[in-house]
Amino acid sequence: MVETRDPSQIRVVVGMSGGVDSSVAAYLLKKQGYDVIGIFMKNWDDTDEFGVCTATEDYDDVIKVCNQIGIPYYAVNFEKQYWDKVFTYFLEEYKAGRTPNPDVMCNKEIKFKAFLEHAMKLGADYLATGHYARVEERDGEVAMLRGVDNNKDQTYFLNQLSQDQLKHVMFPIGDIAKPEVRKIAEEAGLATAKKKDSTGICFIGERNFKEFLSQYLPAQPGKMETFDGRVMGTHDGLMYYTIGQRHGLGIGGDGDPWFVVGKDLERNVLYVEQGFHHDALYSTSLSAVKMSFTTKKAKPSKFSCTAKFRYRQEDTPVEVELFEDGTAHITFEKPVRAITPGQAVVLYDGEECLGGGTIDEVFKNSEKLTYVG
Amino acid sequence: METIYLDHAATSPMHPEVIEAMTKAFGQTFGNPSSIHTAGRQARKVLDDARTILARAIGAKDSEIIITSGGTEADNTAIFGVTNTLKSNGKHIITTQIEHHAVLFACEKLEKQGFEVTYLPVDQSGRISIEDFKNALREDTILVTIMYGNNEVGTTQPIAEIGQILKDHQAIFHTDAVQAFGLEKLNVDELQVDLLSVSSHKLNGPKGIGFLYQRTGTPLSATFLGGSQEKKRRAGTENVPAAVGFAKAVEITQKEMDTKRSQYEQFRNVFLKILDNEKIDYKVNGNIKHSLPHVLNISFTGMEVESFLVNLDMSGVYASSGSACTAGSIDPSHVLVAMFGNNREELRNSIRFSFGLGLTEEMIKEAAMRTAKIVQRLAN
Repeated sequence: MVETRDPSQIRVVVGMSGGVDSSVAAYLLKKQGYDVIGIFMKNWDDTDEFGVCTATEDYDDVIKVCNQIGIPYYAVNFEKQYWDKVFTYFLEEYKAGRTPNPDVMCNKEIKFKAFLEHAMKLGADYLATGHYARVEERDGEVAMLRGVDNNKDQTYFLNQLSQDQLKHVMFPIGDIAKPEVRKIAEEAGLATAKKKDSTGICFIGERNFKEFLSQYLPAQPGKMETFDGRVMGTHDGLMYYTIGQRHGLGIGGDGDPWFVVGKDLERNVLYVEQGFHHDALYSTSLSAVKMSFTTKKAKPSKFSCTAKFRYRQEDTPVEVELFEDGTAHITFEKPVRAITPGQAVVLYDGEECLGGGTIDEVFKNSEKLTYVG
Repeated sequence: METIYLDHAATSPMHPEVIEAMTKAFGQTFGNPSSIHTAGRQARKVLDDARTILARAIGAKDSEIIITSGGTEADNTAIFGVTNTLKSNGKHIITTQIEHHAVLFACEKLEKQGFEVTYLPVDQSGRISIEDFKNALREDTILVTIMYGNNEVGTTQPIAEIGQILKDHQAIFHTDAVQAFGLEKLNVDELQVDLLSVSSHKLNGPKGIGFLYQRTGTPLSATFLGGSQEKKRRAGTENVPAAVGFAKAVEITQKEMDTKRSQYEQFRNVFLKILDNEKIDYKVNGNIKHSLPHVLNISFTGMEVESFLVNLDMSGVYASSGSACTAGSIDPSHVLVAMFGNNREELRNSIRFSFGLGLTEEMIKEAAMRTAKIVQRLAN
């Protein structure tokens, strides 16, 4: 896949969100001479009672930026696919008492699948996005590397991408640091140069998470208990809490702050204990399902590498044992705090993101921690 | 690559003679038609002449033409103007499921205000039935608003028949003729309509102007209040150069209507013949007998409108799907839903091609070939 063609002969569809990152991605590709097309993807309808929808405002920004850059723009709708593949999974996971990661699923099923297929139908050679990640030719395959801005690296969310997806992908801003991206946007006078970064899960946006979730899942309030059975208060519904969470518990009193350390789905009890470093929050290994790798290169059944268990976490050295059914057992070099079922475990070899899976069960010294799911 | 514009039902290029007439008016006729001095009188003369041309085109009197900012304003004025005046006579309105949103959304707003609206269904060809209409008509019906020709699929409605039925009924009869005017011979007395909406930019005139025909004596309250322009029915200083361009465009279309009609029918046949030759699996949406000549809506088996339209654009063929896709929202076309029902493939694979000024048979052939190639590439 080493390109020999002139950039003008290479058609690149850029997934544009109306944010500064994808704007700069499109701008840089156009500057390099590619045949660039900007496409806005609409996955969620959040039209409010006044008919206002953030997608409309974002698309207006895409239009402005594309006109500034001088590239054609279009929109495509994946609301149905998003609902079926991402949102349904999101709700199912919450129902099962886990903390899902819809961004990982969105990248796997929508952005780099449905959208990639759409781009290919438009005659595209590549799909580009404004993710902070890099792709590089290594041993005849495309390796996915961390973005150079360590603070912004998004490979955690891209861990489920396969070689077949990655060979059609470009990440134009992966080798640039975020402040530099803003600077490029400002110097080019792009309409989105000063636009605030979006935060949180895309379909919830700035809204209240509890309120949002309660529209879809019935909340069942219950007791908050310590492991030794002291009732510390009531919770609003287990799905609203995640392992290691401190805020929103409303437990006063003396001493260290309180943290969520586990859930008992059957009894509808939320376990809470005192202290950030409470022993119950620490584990030594996990089992993962749906393991997926970025390259097709055969993996040994046991190997050492580093791992992240949540976004923006420092890497932890781990031992990985792979099983034929696509599951894995991953043992940490030292205990790790607040491993959360449903979140992604992502493996790295130095700069390269090897792939990852979904955290299923959590163990402490070979004993399953039943209270975390 | 030659680009081929086949979206004349969305909007159309201005005729060179229109541009010429307007350029002249921009330069020479700046006066306010309401002013009492010579400059004002000159502008008034130009505006009156333009109004006469508009009126004659539909067999109306000059005083029956209210110049508006376009088709949407004409529709809104008709609907709100009548219902506001006649609400004490009844609360019932009849329209169809396939109206333009300028009519539909106005009716929906009235529903929220306590009016009762009947949305007549259509058959698979997009036509209402007179029986349905008769059944819907009530003593307290105050307004009937039914479009002349549909903008998405081209189907025309039995306006004269409805006009005849309403002859001795209190209901005011409005027709949205925005898509039809210029290609259909419209005479307000033959049709027996009380109100009729027209837009200029669909027939090679400038954007931002249209008119509402108001039969003398038809009750109508004004939406815009202010000066006494348009006999106090629509306040606001008149856009004289636009009126000049509009009138010029109307003059041309009235002269060339028959030629254009047969030309567009030929375009339609040529386009479909090429699809046949290329063995494209398609179906025409609309009514063969009752149709505007310039609208050709085709459902392509196995295609998806989103990638299809982008591919057409990239190959230089400009067409559209039934309803505009804004910010990636694809509400299935309400017209196609009314014709076929929900969850039908026609909602996802229909493209509207519409003909107009500047097209040749060669261009139509080329556009059809490009379309066929895309279908062959994408349909699986």
